[in-house]
Amino acid sequence: MSVHANPTTPHFKDNAHKALHDPQLQEAMGKLRVGFTAARQIAVSKLPEFEALRDSARDIKNHTLAHLDLYLEAYEKKVTASGGHVHFARTAEEARNVILDICAKRGAKTVTKGKSMISEEIALNDAMEKAGITPVETDLGEYIIQLRGEIPSHIIGPAVHLTKDQVEGDFRRVHTHLPKDRDLTEPTQLLTEARGILREKFLAADIGITGANFLVAETGTSIIVTNEGNGDLTQILPKCHIVVASLEKITPTLEDVSQLLRVLARSATGQEMSVYTTLSTGPRRPGDVDGPEEYHVVLLDNGRSSMIGTDFQHMLRCIRCGACMNHCPVYHAVGGHAYGWVYPGPMGAVLTPSLIGVEKGGQLPNASTFCGRCESVCPMRIPLPGMMRHWREREFERHLTPSAARYGLGLWAWVAKRPKLYRFGTRIVMHVMGYYARKTGKFFAMPFASGWTDWRDLPAPQGKTFQSEWKKRRGTK
Amino acid sequence: MSARDEILSSIRRSLRVTGAEGPRRAAVEARLTGAPRGVVPARGQLDAMERIGLFKKMAESAFASVAIVRGAREVPTEAARWLRDNNLPATLRKGEDKRLADMPWGETALEMAEGASDGRDLNAVSHAFAAVAESGTLIMTSGPENPSTLNFLPDNHIVVLSAAELEGDYESVFDRLRQKYGKGEMPRTVNMITGPSRSADIAQTMLLGAHGPRKLHIVIVDEA
Repeated sequence: MSVHANPTTPHFKDNAHKALHDPQLQEAMGKLRVGFTAARQIAVSKLPEFEALRDSARDIKNHTLAHLDLYLEAYEKKVTASGGHVHFARTAEEARNVILDICAKRGAKTVTKGKSMISEEIALNDAMEKAGITPVETDLGEYIIQLRGEIPSHIIGPAVHLTKDQVEGDFRRVHTHLPKDRDLTEPTQLLTEARGILREKFLAADIGITGANFLVAETGTSIIVTNEGNGDLTQILPKCHIVVASLEKITPTLEDVSQLLRVLARSATGQEMSVYTTLSTGPRRPGDVDGPEEYHVVLLDNGRSSMIGTDFQHMLRCIRCGACMNHCPVYHAVGGHAYGWVYPGPMGAVLTPSLIGVEKGGQLPNASTFCGRCESVCPMRIPLPGMMRHWREREFERHLTPSAARYGLGLWAWVAKRPKLYRFGTRIVMHVMGYYARKTGKFFAMPFASGWTDWRDLPAPQGKTFQSEWKKRRGTK
Repeated sequence: MSARDEILSSIRRSLRVTGAEGPRRAAVEARLTGAPRGVVPARGQLDAMERIGLFKKMAESAFASVAIVRGAREVPTEAARWLRDNNLPATLRKGEDKRLADMPWGETALEMAEGASDGRDLNAVSHAFAAVAESGTLIMTSGPENPSTLNFLPDNHIVVLSAAELEGDYESVFDRLRQKYGKGEMPRTVNMITGPSRSADIAQTMLLGAHGPRKLHIVIVDEA
């Protein structure tokens, strides 16, 4: 069974351990730590209105979510008027069935696919294969991980966890009809090979499936944003185009879309604008010489409608730029697969428990240092650390936290609620620790703290507690 | 209850509304009809000449090449020159666009073809609907005049842009679309194109020519 249907999220700790000891993964992640963050910083510094645009983008999504029912109705009406079909799906299974029905009606054998996280969320490829349909991922990164039977490790760079040599190995393993002695040393040779192979698939596909970055209520338009152009070849060449998107992709007007576009590419890759932003409205028009004859939109809820009005509503503003994971020290260290399901990084740590349940996803909001970088770069100003805290509270309330942690926290809380005892206790501990480490100034090992001291030294306290220092200094002012 | 109705009720339950509230309906109606502008960067707010300069700079930083000619008659010569300088065959496919049809292609040695691409063309030329100086972005609309397949299938794409249709920001282009197609109406496809196709999916190295054109050449016709 694939990871889609069977998340390894409950084993986050083990996954993280393995990731830290995987040299190829660490080599690949080394590049990401600097590349994305520097690019974003440069792009942001070139646009004086960037912060104002973030506010504007946040306000647009808040307004849209507060009126989501009405915008959905307006959107549906426009799509229908332009000759397209809208299908609502409550669950992943319903969405898969709608798509499989369309495929069956058209007798589709091969389906090309643009990059779509919703398609990953509903595990569409597994379902299509079971139904005898061949799905072909056409985004280069998605194509590579499809060859490997993996899930994306990043929401905009699905194959960022791989080195060039690994990709070469996969191409040699799968593209067996090509000469064995061909030269694939340069990344550009790999790109050319994939381009040639996928070009044939584009031209032969019966149906094209894409996601959507935005769905415009004003015009009934779906919008995809790509750099490769694969999403466009996916949707203009086959006779039928299916868009699969979640409810919160609705955006009121084209003006609102331009606000979001201005923050999206800059936050994601540091580009001023992605190469291709494509607005699609309905099927082929009279006189058109290309474009699909049928146009469908599958709108997925999958629990989102019940997130509205809760602590987690903010998450529905997410435009999937990936800035939070590009700036996350935990993601940098372990990569996306450790998160065990479709959405990694800080946005995944908040969204995953909502979608697969806190019982399975509860470890993710704990895998955070609360450094706050994710929130500081989020173009939609989503309070990610705050929501991870909410999940921790819920996990604790529902007794899902491990017993050692619960007893530890309980003991600490009991002491912390008694200020005199707390001050006395910490003073004793400071003195004792200071005495034992008086020569080196640090500890190399300590009982009950091997999780720390096995990997790094613990600095010894410098003698006085914070509270006694505070008392002294405030007194002198 | 249908999936649609159940989802809408679930949203309304979460929002504690019925969907019939007058002020909510009015707010949505006002936004959809008024389409208010948000924050528009000062960067694009320039006079016509400076706007061409900004567009050129932004398009070039996205790895497109840009040439400026003084009249539509000069476009075929410029297209032929660019193909020759890049060692590309002297073939070119275009749609039915009247502005392109009126250009003197016969004065060049280019072998012209017309209509949508089936994937075997190396070079194509299209006429842009408009463009945005702010980010060096071309705006292409679908139809027999400029088939969308020409924007993606050929290896090399030449796009002709009339300087009078170059705007400072996206919002002004959306106004142009509304003028031409009607409020709330759109052509089947609008392609916003900023530079040639690229990918950084192999080892995070940016490479040009992923699935779309490897090269993008923009010819601005500036009659002023």
